[in-house]
Amino acid sequence: MAALYPAYPKQTLIALRTLVWKETHRYLRIWVQTLVPPAITMTLYFIIFGSLIGSRVGVMDGYSFMEFIAPGIIMMSVITNSYTNVVSSFFGAKFQRHVEELLVSPTPNYVILAGYVAGGVGRGLFTGLIVTIIASFFADLEIHNIPVTISVVFLTAVLFSLGGFINGVFAKKFDDIAIVPTFILTPLTYLGGVFYSISMLPDFWQGLSMANPILYMVNAFRYGILGSSDIPIMTAYTLVIGFIIAGTALSLHLLKRGTGLRS
Amino acid sequence: MPELLCQSPFHPICSQKREGPQCPPVGYLNLLNSTPDPGWLSIHEQPGTLQKEGTNSYLCTLWPRPCDHRLGFPNMNALSLRQLNKTYSGGVTALHDVDLEVTPGDFFGLLGPNGAGKTTIIGIVASLVRATSGSVKIFGHDIVTEPWEAKSNLGLVPQEFNFNQFETVSQIVLNQAGYYGIDRRTAHERAEYYLRELDLWGKRNASSRSLSGGMKRRLMIARALVHEPRLLILDEPTAGVDIELRRSMWDFLRQMNERGTTIILTTHYLEEAESLCRNIGIIDGGRIIENTDMRSLLAKLKSQSFVLDISSAVGDLPNITDFYVVPIDEQTIEVEVRGDQTLSDLFKQLNAAGVEVTSMKNKANRLEELFVRMLGDRDNPPAKAV
Repeated sequence: MAALYPAYPKQTLIALRTLVWKETHRYLRIWVQTLVPPAITMTLYFIIFGSLIGSRVGVMDGYSFMEFIAPGIIMMSVITNSYTNVVSSFFGAKFQRHVEELLVSPTPNYVILAGYVAGGVGRGLFTGLIVTIIASFFADLEIHNIPVTISVVFLTAVLFSLGGFINGVFAKKFDDIAIVPTFILTPLTYLGGVFYSISMLPDFWQGLSMANPILYMVNAFRYGILGSSDIPIMTAYTLVIGFIIAGTALSLHLLKRGTGLRS
Repeated sequence: MPELLCQSPFHPICSQKREGPQCPPVGYLNLLNSTPDPGWLSIHEQPGTLQKEGTNSYLCTLWPRPCDHRLGFPNMNALSLRQLNKTYSGGVTALHDVDLEVTPGDFFGLLGPNGAGKTTIIGIVASLVRATSGSVKIFGHDIVTEPWEAKSNLGLVPQEFNFNQFETVSQIVLNQAGYYGIDRRTAHERAEYYLRELDLWGKRNASSRSLSGGMKRRLMIARALVHEPRLLILDEPTAGVDIELRRSMWDFLRQMNERGTTIILTTHYLEEAESLCRNIGIIDGGRIIENTDMRSLLAKLKSQSFVLDISSAVGDLPNITDFYVVPIDEQTIEVEVRGDQTLSDLFKQLNAAGVEVTSMKNKANRLEELFVRMLGDRDNPPAKAV
């Protein structure tokens, strides 16, 4: 299969390593913009919703409100940062035209995709770790199921990095990279059971919530940490892996066609 | 024989087995107690140069035989375009059945007015533009079916700056090497070599956005060369560059070409093309209208105009037979010399009339004159006989 360049595995690996390092170095270099803001925002969430309001909410699904919202808030930061990292980095590369460095080189499309996704996953997980450390100051978190916790957070970061990549491919101006996070991602995350259990909602709204894919990721992650979930875990895995396969296929197709990249 | 210690990991170069397109290894020789023997390189059966860098340090550039681009693929075109067509989504047809071949080792000039299709051709060769139909081969490798082999042989210096403004000079060059699968150690050596060659080594840790325009141009050349391409395409590399830097870039490009790198150059400075290129292709309206060697092309120039400063007043100038003379000012004339005339004839007549010529220059660069006339003929075709 010519597209996979099997004759050059060493060179392909070097190209991947270069791109991953470049993307990692990018978000670490501008850490004040990439790592500090989520830490501050999530700390405020814990103080306001967890401590101040949460103390009056009482117990939810058998856990204190602080314990209940901690997994959702961690997941929210992973989703937002994975997505934002890739969309801003890839669009920036298009805008400054240094994406041409990659397009002119023999770097295969799947390496380009993997490199950008790795950058998004790295930032998403790094931010998730920071928020987890902050959460540990507010709630006593004991991980119920480590494999589920790690796999769900990793797959979610991959999925939203792919989403950011697709958004970056289509984006033509800076407004285009803000529309999806602002008008789609944030509302879906807030309505994805971060701050409440959908069992509290009337039947109609419960049914509607089930159409929100982020609900599955938040609940699967909450299951990993607390052992409690509104949805079956396997459904969440199936959904996330299905979306990842579809997102990867679409991304590679767009790269092959040169959508937004080649005239 | 002085004791020499070459710090390059390539030393001794013959024992190194290298993969893919070869490269010019470079290393530093630390010299103990003696000056280097110029025969040292030949003793080691390696062509190369020694250049003094410091009191006890010499820059050693070796050109091992397998790395010499001049010896590679003698029967294969460096670039081969076949029936290349491009119609943009807006309906504009930029290229019509373009066929073009560039031989290995050539210094080829691709000329044409703005919008002629030069950048579209370069874009297609560099995989930045999709061809509507046709094929592109670089050293025999099709860019679609054998992209790794084809692209590894190609270096591109685009018209506009297209590097990351937030990265340092060395990061940009090293990353580019990585995209071509070059290991970190080799990448560092090559980056140092080319940044020194292009006088950017002192700026290696500077942010690329802090560089001057000329430095940015040189950075793009260093970036394009770090993977040692056999074919280097430069799209107006000296646009907006001062004359001193332009000439140093010409020297550098000549050196690269002498080492066997095939170069394709587009430029609007036609004296640049005349000075550097051996073969010329002229594209207009998406079609190659001329593709020949420089000598044959210039032979098509039916006449040249010269501007002469003379010692006597123009009013006193006797009749110069056979030459078309136009006075410019009191002591300057313009003379048209046809292809069947020589400058000796002109000077004989001027000497016989006692006119002393104090200086002379071409009214326009020869290639420029030809280029303008060719495009002028297109815009104003000769009237058909009725």
